[in-house]
Amino acid sequence: MASNTDHASHADSGIKLPVLKREKLILNDRSYHWITDRICGIIENRQPLLWWLLFIPSSLIALIGVGGGLFHLVSTGVGVWGNTNRIMWGWPIVNFVFWIGIGHAGTLISAILFLTRQNWRTSINRAAEAMTIFAVMCAGIFPAFHVGRVWFAWFLAPVPNANAIWQNFKSPLLWDVFAVSTYFTISLIFWFLGMVPDLATIRDRCKPGIRKILYGIFSLGWRGGNRQWSHYEMAYLLLAALSTPLVLSVHSVVSFDFATSVVPGWHTTIFPPYFVAGAIFGGFAMVLTIMIPARFIYGLQDLITMKHIDNMAKIILLTGTIVGYAYLMELFVAFYSGAIYEMDAFKFRIAGPYWWAYAAMMSCNVLSPQVFWFKACRENLWVVMIVAMCVNVGMWYERFVIIVTTLARMWLPGDWKTFSPSPQDQLLFIGTIGMFLTLFLLFLRFLPCINIAEVKWTKLESDPHFEDNESHPDAGAEVIPAYQNELSSK
Amino acid sequence: MSTTRKRVYGYLAEFKSASALYKAAEKVRDAGFSKWDCYTPYPVHGLDAAMGLKRSILPWFVFFGGITGTATAFTLAYVTQVVIYPTVVQAKPTNIFTIPAFFPVMFELTILFSGFTVLFGLLGLIQLPRLNHPLFASKQFHRATDDGFFIAIEARDEKFSPQGTRDLLANIGGENIELVEEEQN
Repeated sequence: MASNTDHASHADSGIKLPVLKREKLILNDRSYHWITDRICGIIENRQPLLWWLLFIPSSLIALIGVGGGLFHLVSTGVGVWGNTNRIMWGWPIVNFVFWIGIGHAGTLISAILFLTRQNWRTSINRAAEAMTIFAVMCAGIFPAFHVGRVWFAWFLAPVPNANAIWQNFKSPLLWDVFAVSTYFTISLIFWFLGMVPDLATIRDRCKPGIRKILYGIFSLGWRGGNRQWSHYEMAYLLLAALSTPLVLSVHSVVSFDFATSVVPGWHTTIFPPYFVAGAIFGGFAMVLTIMIPARFIYGLQDLITMKHIDNMAKIILLTGTIVGYAYLMELFVAFYSGAIYEMDAFKFRIAGPYWWAYAAMMSCNVLSPQVFWFKACRENLWVVMIVAMCVNVGMWYERFVIIVTTLARMWLPGDWKTFSPSPQDQLLFIGTIGMFLTLFLLFLRFLPCINIAEVKWTKLESDPHFEDNESHPDAGAEVIPAYQNELSSK
Repeated sequence: MSTTRKRVYGYLAEFKSASALYKAAEKVRDAGFSKWDCYTPYPVHGLDAAMGLKRSILPWFVFFGGITGTATAFTLAYVTQVVIYPTVVQAKPTNIFTIPAFFPVMFELTILFSGFTVLFGLLGLIQLPRLNHPLFASKQFHRATDDGFFIAIEARDEKFSPQGTRDLLANIGGENIELVEEEQN
């Protein structure tokens, strides 16, 4: 309110404050039809050679790693994994937490950036949401098979079983079952509902045939009437409002798996915010990792602009710094607590046989994003890509450090072990990377990878009052170009 | 000669921009029509007021959906942990005072049930899915999901008249005015 009155008094006294020109989120004044054509064209035209060059190896890796790996695991027994009596969580749970974390950026972009009216999200939210769904699918594999006899995985669900034993609702592991399955379901609903108008766009462009029927079924008969949009926008707002606490809760609950135990190195209250910041951090890195190449392959530079990449780089810098703060705070609290076991756990992490994992985590997660303080680095896509890759690696190491190094030195010295993953462990993890890429490439092939309706909405002339310029309170004020004009003039 | 009978669905008119559609919508609203709609490729903000639409009632459905979720989770946890199968774990009580441990699941199910209510409540309110609609018979309507801005006034509306409505749409800036007919067997 204060700034408004200031403004008014300036206007009265004849001084006009310069107005920051509203940035265009779509470059080159593309028309609505161009947007439709460009995004639907990805689905309607033949895929570029690079798509096949990526799809064939990733699907093979997925087939061998996940298909073959799980077949071997189920037919032999869960013992083929390198989990030992003490490090019983080992590699599978490292991967579970890693993939769940990747999924967080999607819901953050679609929900939190929606509620905070960050309109730049519209160009990347669809792909990020798809990434969420696929990452959670990859994540789900690990705990489901970690139960040992996967055909008893339904014991996780609160249904009466033959032993008349009920799940322990006081256990963070059960909370996790609810949190992750709710997260997957809500993300799927959010993703699907957001896609309905765009599926209708594709339906309306199809020639009659099987494709038109299929897109017709999934677009539910959407017509784009305002009586539909009105309820639709309310539904979208509600889902965003529901997903915002959800996304914060999911990784908090994942962190409870550790934080509610009495294990030195895990039993800390900083875990929930630390995990959530790390998840957003890793998720954005993955969004950049897959969107920068996709942007080039499909010529989407006018829709996913340097401004978008700049914003994401800044979020990576922010969350990376929060994560760095959490790492240091953990060390400080271990020192300040005076608890010798706590101190020893952290000494072991830094200087023990796993020092290389700790060093990889620190350098990839805390040091590498610091280059984003410099504009030149945020504008150089190679630098952005390298940092994003570093963060992907670093976030995996973070989970490795938290889980494996802690379990390797628990209370009983007789339990102390050095963990090494078995070939099956490694195969399955590489397999999930293949599965993730395969699913994402199929998504690019069959579904609109950018939110067509919302991107159109961000055009300045989409505002019905766009032509009523005269009534603008700052009419006649000096207009100074925003960041993007600077960039495009280079 | 075709023997299919056709029934008039209404008039469909195109407008050149979101602003033009907005101004036209205000005039159709003021003319007192009730069975009509604006078709746009993206949600045009402010059009609800220009059409005289009320705020969506979906939040109310979701409120009750969410409460159902909370109650379901509490009942599930309380009955199984306190009534049927009380087990002392983590030195936590086996009575109502163990409720803080139930909060995460209560929260998650609140969100889950609310999410499903959003989905099914929305589908109920916008009356989808449906396999076909008379407007899909129009030659130009496919542009409503691309770059076209349309107003359709239905023949069911009491104020509808074959000539008067056409003139109204033409006067408020409508182009390519089309009489949309649905086939009947």
